[in-house]
Amino acid sequence: MSIASTSVIQIIPRTRRGVELLLLIIAVGVSVAAYVNIGVTVQNEVPASTGYYAAGIALLAVIAHLALRFRAPYADPVILPCAVLLNGLGVAMIHRVDLGLTAIGRTKGVPFAPQQITWTAVGVVGFLAVIIVIRDHRRLQAFTYSLGLAGLILLVLPLVPGLGANVNGAPIWIRVAGMSFQPGEFAKVCLVIFFAGYLVVKRDVLTLAGRRFLGLDLPRARDLGPILIAWLASLGVLVFESDLGSSLLFFGLFLFLLYVSTERAGWLIIGGLLFAGGAYFAYMAFGHVHRRVTDWLDPWAIDGGQVKLGLMGQAWGGILGRGLGQGHPEATLYANSDMIISSMAEELGLTGLIAIILIYTLIIERGLRTALGCRDIFGKLIATGLAMSFALQVFVIVGGVTGLIPLTGLATPFMALGGTSLVANWAIIALLLRISDQARRPQTPAAPVSDETIALAVQKA
Amino acid sequence: MSELTLTLIKLGFLALLWMFVLAVLSVIRSDLFGAKVDSRAAAAVAPQTSRTPKTAKPAKKRKGLPASVTIADGPQAGVGASLTDEPVIIGRGTDCQIRLDDDYSSTRHARLFLSEGQWWVEDLGSTNGTYLDGQRVTRPVPAEIGGSIRIGRTTLNIAK
Repeated sequence: MSIASTSVIQIIPRTRRGVELLLLIIAVGVSVAAYVNIGVTVQNEVPASTGYYAAGIALLAVIAHLALRFRAPYADPVILPCAVLLNGLGVAMIHRVDLGLTAIGRTKGVPFAPQQITWTAVGVVGFLAVIIVIRDHRRLQAFTYSLGLAGLILLVLPLVPGLGANVNGAPIWIRVAGMSFQPGEFAKVCLVIFFAGYLVVKRDVLTLAGRRFLGLDLPRARDLGPILIAWLASLGVLVFESDLGSSLLFFGLFLFLLYVSTERAGWLIIGGLLFAGGAYFAYMAFGHVHRRVTDWLDPWAIDGGQVKLGLMGQAWGGILGRGLGQGHPEATLYANSDMIISSMAEELGLTGLIAIILIYTLIIERGLRTALGCRDIFGKLIATGLAMSFALQVFVIVGGVTGLIPLTGLATPFMALGGTSLVANWAIIALLLRISDQARRPQTPAAPVSDETIALAVQKA
Repeated sequence: MSELTLTLIKLGFLALLWMFVLAVLSVIRSDLFGAKVDSRAAAAVAPQTSRTPKTAKPAKKRKGLPASVTIADGPQAGVGASLTDEPVIIGRGTDCQIRLDDDYSSTRHARLFLSEGQWWVEDLGSTNGTYLDGQRVTRPVPAEIGGSIRIGRTTLNIAK
């Protein structure tokens, strides 16, 4: 046994805010470069709006950075720059699709980019609110059941007559004061906190093994209640709101957190079987699910189908891409929202797409890292849940766009056009940073037991 | 604009994007490769002098390797072992080189061993702990001449 392996690693706590600022400057630089690049290739000049775009995104990044510097100095230095870069690239690509749509004369709603920048600003305000209002994530545990209820209400809100709106084939929107929102995005955050709070209390019971079967500890039959409820709720979302993606997201999140908190692989098997059964039932019983699957199995069957056009765009992009502004992403339906990954792949190629997926991976990795470092189980579970919500969303949407799984309408975090999703994702990032601030903050050490005390105790004994 | 310029712009942007990814990776490289352990820095955490009422002031530290460890007080005073090359285990067990008659020591309480040209004191997961010069031993610490080890109620002196 070597001495080094037993010595205590002295970790000097560093806030690393300087590193964050440096990475933010690079992130803003890359976003502005994308914007300028698009202007130069499409319009043959540096666009006049570059100044506004650069100033806007830099200002928002600096505001978020200052909030962390003063309110969460030990927060993770990597998460914020990654989020800013994804958001900036998203806006640039939406602007690019705007230009493309204008060129082919489909000008309904164009331009979308200023709208997305406005929503980014709202998102950063939400970020500030979460960082400033929530000083300690453990307080949230008191609102476990309130947030659970809020999550459920948000989920069923689109079904309320007069409030719900059917946009693009899925009634997952509500329309208030002339603007449409996707309440499911906020339901996600509420439900993650609810699952975490619930599992902190119940995980001991859920860990109790029932019988052993094929080397697996299966849980007791009477403990199956919560997972069945989660399954029915996600199936309900699927049936009544035709929302395959959200359904998968909610059930997957619950299953992950159940597995993480109990360490029983049996739950994953039961959940997987339930999901497979539910998915098969939905495939047989509902037309829209059936159609998604047939589109996936044979994307070439539909003339002008978005999966088909997306795949063709990606193939045209190849390894290095067409170059920003030199492809035709606007040919695909929803090139700036559902299919934005395909637009990116067309213009940046496989090389760019891998970089983008790596940036998502980095956010997820830092989230899980935060969970590892966090000192309380509630915080661990929230951080895991939020990181996994990103992971599931990116997997479902990238998998759908690239033809790995049936395409479902989940928003690409930070990139896709859509205000609600952007604001919700900024809130998630703020919550993750808040937890990581707690996790990385140097702990005030417990008063060391003095030698005299021990000597005294030994003498008394 | 020429084809060449466009290609250069395209490749330049991809390089920029990857530069960000690599910058982030370099920031979190400790996640990937583990934190660097500096054994000397860890060993240099100086033992502070907070004396117990029981131990007399230890003799001034001298250079050279310690040659013996002896029980300093109580009925067992004078019992000890010479430090050659073999590790010395201290405890209540029959297989220990120094057998303690002390209810507050564990069966295999502590160990002295030679490594890197130096003698080290290591606690073997004892219940009441091992103290070198009044400092609790949580990891192997160098044992020097004149140091005193306390195990339960027993004090042992490290001598030349």
